[in-house]
Amino acid sequence: MRKVYLDHAATTPVHPEVVEAMLPYFTAKFGNPSNLHDMGREAKNAVEDARGKTAALIGARPEEIFFTSSGTESNNFAVKGLAHANSQKGNHIIVSQVEHFSVLHPVKSLEKAGFKVTQIAPDKQGIIDPEAVAKAITKETVLVSIMHSNNEIGTLQPIAEIGAITKAKGVLFHTDAVASVGWVPVDVQALGVDALSLSGHQFYGPKGAAALFVRKGVRIKPQIEGGVQEDGRRGGTEDVPGIVGLGKAAEIAAAEMPRRGSYLLPLRDKLLQGLQEKISDLIVNGHPTRRLPHNVNVSFLFVEGESMLLFLNMAGIYVSSGSACTSRSLKSSHVLSCIGTDAAAANGTLLMTLGMGTSAEDVDYVIEKLPPIVQRLREMSPLYEDMIKNRKTT
Amino acid sequence: MEQYSSKVMEHFAQPHNVGEIENADGVGTVGNPVCGDVMRLYIKVENNVITDAKFKTFGCGAAIATSSMVTDLVKGKTIDEALKISNAAVAEALGGLPKVKMHCSVLAEEALKSALDDYYKKKGLASPVTMPAESGHEHEME
Repeated sequence: MRKVYLDHAATTPVHPEVVEAMLPYFTAKFGNPSNLHDMGREAKNAVEDARGKTAALIGARPEEIFFTSSGTESNNFAVKGLAHANSQKGNHIIVSQVEHFSVLHPVKSLEKAGFKVTQIAPDKQGIIDPEAVAKAITKETVLVSIMHSNNEIGTLQPIAEIGAITKAKGVLFHTDAVASVGWVPVDVQALGVDALSLSGHQFYGPKGAAALFVRKGVRIKPQIEGGVQEDGRRGGTEDVPGIVGLGKAAEIAAAEMPRRGSYLLPLRDKLLQGLQEKISDLIVNGHPTRRLPHNVNVSFLFVEGESMLLFLNMAGIYVSSGSACTSRSLKSSHVLSCIGTDAAAANGTLLMTLGMGTSAEDVDYVIEKLPPIVQRLREMSPLYEDMIKNRKTT
Repeated sequence: MEQYSSKVMEHFAQPHNVGEIENADGVGTVGNPVCGDVMRLYIKVENNVITDAKFKTFGCGAAIATSSMVTDLVKGKTIDEALKISNAAVAEALGGLPKVKMHCSVLAEEALKSALDDYYKKKGLASPVTMPAESGHEHEME
């Protein structure tokens, strides 16, 4: 049976060259970068080489890159670290409603610690209006955190425009670029951001290796204390193989960048068009053009996401769902709710994210397999039955 | 999330008794699309015995499997026997359900009780049906 992995927003496979680059650092080159002897220096050099490659991918300087364990840690570090280190200036933070929970939850903690928070609502396509950010900034504002692209609906935010506003007003600006880095060009100079989160396993690097860019001169309070590593900003012995892997993945991404977009865009559009042609009553979530090149997010009316996901799994197709039933909370996606997707429709949402290993045949296979699954579940659905009866009478 | 039992997957992949019954003696619809599951259960009753049961469900794997199982369990039962079918019995017949999916078995019991209630009302009789106390989702985690 064909296996089609369309869940690259969840994680990606590690690129074979990345694995190869990492391997020596588990065994022969196992030293601790903090040691002064040759073994330590060898490891230290590898970490610094990776720092340079990671910096190069986003147009940063190597000393502006701090390695962490995950995108979640990077976002926690940025939000809490920047807010606390700059609280003498004020106590107001601005975020969007559609941020990842690794931004929203730290912000909640800060609220309990006395900070005031403004959450900006997106429009129906998930875009945050830079003017709304400008209006929300007060004398007390210390930090704006708006994601580069949304991990669920794929909408790319006008980060450079927001960056120009925060720069003019002298407010720190962090962007969670975990869903974007490696898929679209990201340049911290062009964006005008003071901090940016990225994660290796999102773009063919290993899990457990991520980074936070912090612009030189910007104060940030360490969140993991007790070590001199990462210039004293993040304690803990470095995950040398992971960091080497992240560096290699960054190097490959930088080299491949133009090709990634040109390869993925037509495939994404082919998948979307194929589904639209074969399936009625569906809603495409997010922005039609200002979106990640590999992201397809669709709500299929009258059917439930987990059921679709399970039937697709049986056909060897692996996707994610925005449905309440697939989350532990039994709540459907907060992102879909914020862009005004009806709660019942949100429960019938699939997130399909393509990768560089996805072929045109894979996309054809999904276009062949998904429509009968939706049809079968609709024939089983009382909501569909009611809709058909209503259409007949009206 | 906990895995589904093989029995649940069997009933999800090939559900029994999907469909509608024309001129059903009792129909019950329970649940809410916002929460992600709606069940509609139809029963046919002859001489106080449920001779046929069918369902339509919008919901997750567990919702479809519990609908399939409850319609299996109820067929051939008398009304009094059907009234005693509990959500626990439905879950047990499926080899258990993940904890977060137990509400689907509650929904199946509610759908059955609602169809039985409708049967009494259609007959012009006083309904002895009491809906199960535990209902809805637990919303404690994010």
